[in-house]
Amino acid sequence: MGALLGVLPFFAYTTAFLVVPTLIVVIGAGLDGSNRPTLGNLAALAQPQIASAFVHSVILSAVTAVLGAVFGGLLAYAVSTAREGGPLRRMITSLCGVLAQFGGVTLAFAFMATVGSEGFLTLWLRKIGVNLAGSTWLYEPDKGLILVYTYFQIPLMLIVFLPAVEGLRPQWREAAESLGGSTWHYWRHVAGPILAPSFIGAMLLLFTNAFSAYATAAALISQGSPIIPLQIGGTLSSEVILGQENIGKAMALGMVAIVAVVMTLYAVLERRTTRWLGR
Amino acid sequence: MKLQAARRRRQTVFRRVVVGLLCLFFALPLLGMVEFTTRAPGGGRTLATWTTLFDFNVIDADYPELKTGVLASAGLVLLTVAIMLVMLVPTMTWVRLRLPGLRRTVEFVCLLPLTIPAIVLVVGLAPVYAWVAYFLGESSLWLAFAYVVLVLPYAYRALDAGLSAIDVKTLAEAARSLGAGWPAVMWRIILPNVRTAVLSASFLSVALVLGEFTIANLFSRDNLQVAINQLNKRDSSLATAAALAALILAFIVLFAMSFVGAGRRSHHPEEN
Amino acid sequence: MTSRLARQTGVAALAVVTLITIAACSPPAKTSGSASTGGAKASSATSAKDLGGMAALVDAAKKEGSLNVIALPPDWANYGEVIKGFQAKYGLKVNSAQPDASSADEIAAARNLKGQSKAPDVFDLGGAVAGANTAMFAPYKVATFNDVPALLKDANGLWVNDYGGYMSIGYDAGKVPAPKTVADLLKPAYKGKVALNGDPTKAGSAFSAVVMTALSQGGTPNDISKGVDFFRALKTAGNFLPVDPTGATIESGQTPVVFDWDYLNVAQGAKVKGKMNWKTVIPAGAVVGGYYVQAISKDAPHPAAARLWQEYLYSDEGQNLWLKGGARPVREKAMVAAGTIDKTAFAALPKAVGTPVFLTKGQSDKANAYLSANWAKAIG
Repeated sequence: MGALLGVLPFFAYTTAFLVVPTLIVVIGAGLDGSNRPTLGNLAALAQPQIASAFVHSVILSAVTAVLGAVFGGLLAYAVSTAREGGPLRRMITSLCGVLAQFGGVTLAFAFMATVGSEGFLTLWLRKIGVNLAGSTWLYEPDKGLILVYTYFQIPLMLIVFLPAVEGLRPQWREAAESLGGSTWHYWRHVAGPILAPSFIGAMLLLFTNAFSAYATAAALISQGSPIIPLQIGGTLSSEVILGQENIGKAMALGMVAIVAVVMTLYAVLERRTTRWLGR
Repeated sequence: MKLQAARRRRQTVFRRVVVGLLCLFFALPLLGMVEFTTRAPGGGRTLATWTTLFDFNVIDADYPELKTGVLASAGLVLLTVAIMLVMLVPTMTWVRLRLPGLRRTVEFVCLLPLTIPAIVLVVGLAPVYAWVAYFLGESSLWLAFAYVVLVLPYAYRALDAGLSAIDVKTLAEAARSLGAGWPAVMWRIILPNVRTAVLSASFLSVALVLGEFTIANLFSRDNLQVAINQLNKRDSSLATAAALAALILAFIVLFAMSFVGAGRRSHHPEEN
Repeated sequence: MTSRLARQTGVAALAVVTLITIAACSPPAKTSGSASTGGAKASSATSAKDLGGMAALVDAAKKEGSLNVIALPPDWANYGEVIKGFQAKYGLKVNSAQPDASSADEIAAARNLKGQSKAPDVFDLGGAVAGANTAMFAPYKVATFNDVPALLKDANGLWVNDYGGYMSIGYDAGKVPAPKTVADLLKPAYKGKVALNGDPTKAGSAFSAVVMTALSQGGTPNDISKGVDFFRALKTAGNFLPVDPTGATIESGQTPVVFDWDYLNVAQGAKVKGKMNWKTVIPAGAVVGGYYVQAISKDAPHPAAARLWQEYLYSDEGQNLWLKGGARPVREKAMVAAGTIDKTAFAALPKAVGTPVFLTKGQSDKANAYLSANWAKAIG
């Protein structure tokens, strides 16, 4: 019982500022306009445009999570080979710290100013003869949005994954080499399994990060709400179709459910990969 | 020895290529912002927007909301990082040492803030903040409580990676058996060994606070991004320049932060 | 051992959570702020007479010292100058929050910030949201209440229309040819250039844009399907941009053609004068109008200042400032008759050829239902 006291501050704080707000939203998902219990909001989730928004969101988040994890992981490894305490490591981690949270209207505008129809890169490429396929690709959820999301996913991956990569002892590499193993052997049997839990955990974070991102998508795609956060924004802010707020809360509940499913998959995966480590 | 040298050379090439390409990717949108803010009417380049931004008299007189926003964000950064570290590091260490069964619960709680978009979270936070305003007043600084919650997913992942890399149990047991109290264990044994992780978590907190817009906006509070957004309504070129300047400022702050605790080379003294 | 521990923790957590949920759902007991007799009197005043005349209202407002407004971007119907004028005339500080908020966001802010000093005092809402939330308003009749046509106000002063405009097409005359009709926008010269100010299922201006397009293509206020079909064709031709047009995107050239209220397009033109030639045109024969609505919040933290603000907005000075921003003030007829209207600004309004159409609630509901079912598919 004494041990529980140690975690009491954390749980008290998160209960007040996280669990309670979440519960308010979740309970709201089960109420109708006059605050009476109803399952109608959850039933509304089956509507084709909402269901397809869920699918689009999951795909977008999964793709950008994988892209961010792969490139961010490569960057983390590259940075870890640099001299510890040297300028490169400091600068890259500081840069990524800044860019990981760079989003919203400003990021969307920065991309428009670069690769939009009048963006400086588009114009420059046109001068040298390359015409980027169609001038509205930036505003499509399966092209432009993936690119823009990856922009903040990669730095985020670096920041959360670098501590794990730095935990790789140089002795392990040397031991593998002295036993006759190649680089491939080292990664396959030593570093890979050690880094796998952190890698997958970071990928999970990237997934949820992209899943709930709203402001960036809202600035780029203001028509049709193809992903769930935009649908939720529509239910809360529409001045044309009113009274849908509780459906928005039901959608948020759906999002929590999806993340819970993904987390369970992650837990199963982690258990498998840590088995041999005996931790 | 030769193997090591060859490997080191390959690593250097790999490092230069990867870092170079990705830095180019990161630089492009930032260049887009620079290009927009230096456009002169009728073609050509001008630095007029940038000179206005750094003319503090003009900013004070014409755009006071920018000054209020910067000050509010500065306070929020300090408060958020402090609360996050005090809340999270001891808790995560304690869970590893004494309550391993709670690990999944803590992990889920720490991932929960990210599952709900901020626009909906505000609906739930409103009653809570009504109480905060009742007890503590309506300053924008109390947004830090919500920001700590927002940063939990990122900070947890960074600290978890760091704590996994060291053998917390052995270190703590060794220190305890030598007579150290729990505060000493935390401060002098655990913390220095997870320096990178703590720094990463702090980096993410700083960046999140400086980049946060939705919650501050929906509660009609002041912060840097809210100020930049309001500026955007009046002068979009100046607002873009302010946003870029905020990014550069954040970079400088983080770069300075990375020197904290750098003097301690206690990381792997016996392994060299 | 671990499972018992987990169970104990779970039970304890659940108890704490339940307690706190119950506590959080009820607002705090204390009412902070101006609970002085002056404040209480002002929050129930239904006209300046109730407080003892305009001078007394001004005094009460000055005592409160500030006003909270929401969702008033400075380039929207010249609100920038309106706010500055009000501040200069009465020495009150105006806190303008959330300039991007939609009408629904304004109501949500009033609910979320209830009892706090930052809660909005007054609202500027779209008709639909105003009609659905009259329970949040306090009735008040400004001095010039009788000048407002009966159809454009609530008889008790619960809400009053403030300014309106017609749906228009704004375009960069230096980049694209002038569109003479809406159908011109399907031409290849407009490839990747046409944007709508918002999603018609979310934003009032985009909704009216679709209605206007429907009318221009032979539709009626009862059937806007031709408007949705037009945008589908626009998307297929590659001319439609799903991006949200803002001052920044217009200035940077990302959105050279924008469907928006005429006063907003006119304001953009004034803003970018010298950098680009932004023109506004109202398509002939397809004139769709819309008014916005003013209301005072029942729980306004500064009730006297809120009422003074309304008096200012409906005075000749306030109405003319809106006119300067290209919006048509609701007291237009009365002011023209009295000769108090700003003649230059009035003459500078974009010309509307044809009878203006204002949708009734029934027609709006029908159009909304059609859009909910078909818009996402059409431009998806």
